[in-house]
Amino acid sequence: MSAVRRSDLAIGALAVAAALALTAIAHAFVASRTPPESQAVNAALVRDLGLTDLVLFTDARYTRHPSVADLHSAFQDHPMSLDHFPSGSLIAPPRHIFGTGPRFATGEEIPE
Amino acid sequence: MIRQIARQRYLVDFTLASMMRRKVKNVVLFGVYFLIVFVLASVMLFGSAIRREAALLLANAPEVTVQKLVMGRHDLISGEHLEALSAIRGVRRAEGRLWGYLFDRGNGANYTMMVPPASDKAHALAPGEAIVGSGIDRVKTIGRNEYLFLIAPSGRFFKFTVKDHLPEGSGLVAADLVLISEQDYRALFDLPEDVYTDLALSIRNEKEVATILGKAAKVIPNSRFVTRSSIARTYESIFTWREGVLLALLGAAILAFAILAFDKASGLSAEERREIGILKAVGWETSDVLTSKFWEGALISLGAFLFGLIAAYAHVFFFQAGLLEPVLKGWAVLYPDFRLTPHIDPLQVTTLAFFTIVPYTAATIIPIWRAAITDPDTVMR
Repeated sequence: MSAVRRSDLAIGALAVAAALALTAIAHAFVASRTPPESQAVNAALVRDLGLTDLVLFTDARYTRHPSVADLHSAFQDHPMSLDHFPSGSLIAPPRHIFGTGPRFATGEEIPE
Repeated sequence: MIRQIARQRYLVDFTLASMMRRKVKNVVLFGVYFLIVFVLASVMLFGSAIRREAALLLANAPEVTVQKLVMGRHDLISGEHLEALSAIRGVRRAEGRLWGYLFDRGNGANYTMMVPPASDKAHALAPGEAIVGSGIDRVKTIGRNEYLFLIAPSGRFFKFTVKDHLPEGSGLVAADLVLISEQDYRALFDLPEDVYTDLALSIRNEKEVATILGKAAKVIPNSRFVTRSSIARTYESIFTWREGVLLALLGAAILAFAILAFDKASGLSAEERREIGILKAVGWETSDVLTSKFWEGALISLGAFLFGLIAAYAHVFFFQAGLLEPVLKGWAVLYPDFRLTPHIDPLQVTTLAFFTIVPYTAATIIPIWRAAITDPDTVMR
């Protein structure tokens, strides 16, 4: 019986990896079309309780509820009081800074 | 065809034998390459999955949330506006929302206290009752019908009977929630009657939101309106930003790797040059040398990409992105225990594949091609 060639091992390993990657893609495809029960439960909770935000960072109010937090909360205690929570650096600056559209009602001025 | 396959197999055999002669260098390169792809793919998969989850879940958020602003700060809003807002044509319902934060000195956690809306009969509570989220159960371990003790900001003690827990798996939206009755909420925070944290509007036709907000702004000056679409955009930008921050932090590592890989791939060692010279001298054609080196680049980069992608997929969707958790967790005591629904954005994976496989393979081939077209005698010298 001939010994296993290195090329067979290497190409076999690549083939296995490619098959696993395809399986992962197929798994993601199937999973996103058959969402878990928890997704429906969460969607119902959001609707019933009128929730506005996901629970990702519970350390400060502007990280717990970024969509409804004060616009100036990073400087809430003093104009020079910089953000001291690590997750604050992971929250994007308000969108009006980038000029990508107001989050205010028509006619309302955006604070500087 | 069969001859061609056999020929390629021999070339792969030869390439692997050549790589084995520089085993440590190639293993280290593969390891670092794998790690870079793993981290990049983890961040990308996590970012795209959580963006999708946020978009799906928050599609049910209130259509418009009305906040009162005083000196640029969010303030309590009077319930007298409810009637005026309900009277605007197109508004189906206006409800006062009561929610706020309570810091638990015992364990350093921040709870989100909330009163379930009157329309939500499933979570209706009598005074003295509470429903708690899964995160609170983890830090306090309170069973059903047991007591939850809370200290109000005024220093008063409050005792609640835990009527129920919010369902398992609802951590992503409700880990830190404590639902209590309106009467208890007002007593806990010493709130007067008829004031609310904010108001939630239900709109008949979503296309009319802008018009309705224009009218509502006249009814309640000094107010801010947060629409459902702006919530969705906030989350989209948060996760794009977060992904960007992580990628920027990784930038230095990626750059160092790019220099290492380019140096390894483009700079031929004297030994490699001699090897090419000998191969040419014994009759190998330039195309054979190039194919052999193409296999070297492809085996390393394609292997690192495929294994890195699979490891990242398992890490994010089966192990709840455990390695990214310290970054996500911040300083919070309460952190949701959630499992993301697997999702792969084909464009992101294709981009990652393109930027990891193609440059390395190309960088391997060009210097080899230059050496391979030179006279064997010159190369060996």
